[in-house]
Amino acid sequence: MKTSYLANKFIPVSTIVILIGIFWYLVAVPMNSDKVSRQFKNLPTGEHILKCWSLKKPKLPTPHQIITEMVNTIFFKKISSKRSLVYHGWITLQATLAGFFLGTLLGILLALGIVHNKAMDLSVMPWVIASQTIPILAIAPMIIVVMNSVGVTGLLPKAIISMYLSFFPVVVGMVKGLRSPDQIQLDQMKTWSASSNQILWYLRFPSSLPFLFASLKVGVAASLVGAIVGELPSGAIAGLGARMLAGTYYGQTIMIWSALFAAAFIAAFLVFTIDFLQKITLKKMAIIR
Amino acid sequence: MNIFLFLFFIIWLGGWWINIKISKFNDPNLPRFIVPSLFGMVILLMWELAVIGLQINPILLPAPSAIALKFSRSLDILWIDFVQTLIKGALSGYILGCGAAFLTAIAIDKFNFLKRGLLPLGNFISALPIVGMAPIFVMWFGFDWQSKCAIVVVMVYFPMLVNCVQGLELIDPNRQDLMRTYSASYTQTLIKLRLPSALPFIFNGLKICSTLALIGAIVAEFFGSPIKGMGFRISSEVGRFALDMVWAEIFVAAIAGCLFYGLIAIIEKRTTFWHPSQQK
Repeated sequence: MKTSYLANKFIPVSTIVILIGIFWYLVAVPMNSDKVSRQFKNLPTGEHILKCWSLKKPKLPTPHQIITEMVNTIFFKKISSKRSLVYHGWITLQATLAGFFLGTLLGILLALGIVHNKAMDLSVMPWVIASQTIPILAIAPMIIVVMNSVGVTGLLPKAIISMYLSFFPVVVGMVKGLRSPDQIQLDQMKTWSASSNQILWYLRFPSSLPFLFASLKVGVAASLVGAIVGELPSGAIAGLGARMLAGTYYGQTIMIWSALFAAAFIAAFLVFTIDFLQKITLKKMAIIR
Repeated sequence: MNIFLFLFFIIWLGGWWINIKISKFNDPNLPRFIVPSLFGMVILLMWELAVIGLQINPILLPAPSAIALKFSRSLDILWIDFVQTLIKGALSGYILGCGAAFLTAIAIDKFNFLKRGLLPLGNFISALPIVGMAPIFVMWFGFDWQSKCAIVVVMVYFPMLVNCVQGLELIDPNRQDLMRTYSASYTQTLIKLRLPSALPFIFNGLKICSTLALIGAIVAEFFGSPIKGMGFRISSEVGRFALDMVWAEIFVAAIAGCLFYGLIAIIEKRTTFWHPSQQK
């Protein structure tokens, strides 16, 4: 089991990651070369390349520059300081989780309605799908500005964008999951004269869980994207999105990249947490071994 | 209680009642789109009446009629924006990104090691907020559509790659053996068996990427664009509180998104008619 995990996953993945890292350093040389030649005249080739990897405002920062910046802004700044990445990350994470929670709730409720009510199935489902053709991320600034002018500020507008993005996968997955029991199983419940509530709790809901978890993973990633884009419009001062925007204004590329990396870590953390919960739950339910 | 709010509730309850009645009919001759379109019409009417009845400031929420009016009056601007963002930015990036991912999938398909390494990584990268890279691409490729194209390429690449690789992988071993008994070469197996049977996955990837491309191109314009484009228009009109124009742009985006998605779905139906998911 352990060796197969090593051979099947760990070694190939880390090889690819290392290859990407090498490629990154190689690409950084031509990308930053112009800037180095402008700043320092007539450097020998070796030093020229080293300078390409350690510019202050490079076109493409190298991984070690980004990691140094991250370590500095995560561990060596006070958490409450506006320069701390933990502070910005926490603000984004809050909006993400709030939106994700609301979106999941809305998604599950809609799915219950759709499965139990034919009229809702026929009328709501097409509109749930149509709702996703509106590129909500594109109108995120509008939503934020409009809500600010009504007096709703801070966490809520971002959370609403996250909610809009995350309810869709949950609805689709839950409807599929709640309908996944076979006719035979439903008939069995009927022979026990189970009420529709009992069918829901003892049959439909448990069999929908694998679908729910798969949707939650998609939903939480979408929530994070929503929260970050929600922080982009002018006026936002805190959060990873605002940090990226500030980096753009001041040409601080390392700052943008470190915010991106932080977002990636948060995404990984959230997805792995749900993955972990999924494994535990499904194991307890003996769906997987 | 004013008359508009009264109408609002009448239409709400009426629409609800009619929809329940229709859905109980269960007549196969009844076109399927009646119920959802009725629902949509009721929502639009309720929106209109609520805006008038509650006297909602048009700065906050314009009425559908106002949006329609603005839409019909500024068709030329909307068209310019549409071409700039969706044709030049999104579509070019979509074709490049999906094409590159497809070719990569075929290239790495032969190497199990690469596949094992790239699949989990691709899945992970698909979950990352790649839109955040938009400012970087604007710095690299300038303000015009090239930077939008680039961000779309990066956004669609990994979801498409993962789908293509999975599609090429999931093949009934019996069929593969059958091809071998025909002594089919690698290329023949690829073209005649594996690509066709990977089509459902490929189309799934294409569908997911169509929305991503739309979003990527619009969001990238928030970080800098020439004075045209849907993202530019949205952010500048929000600044002027001209929300009817913003909604008109959203309407264009939604229509374009639906049409594009529909087009892919039609092609899918034509080419994967043999797949169980396409049969009733």
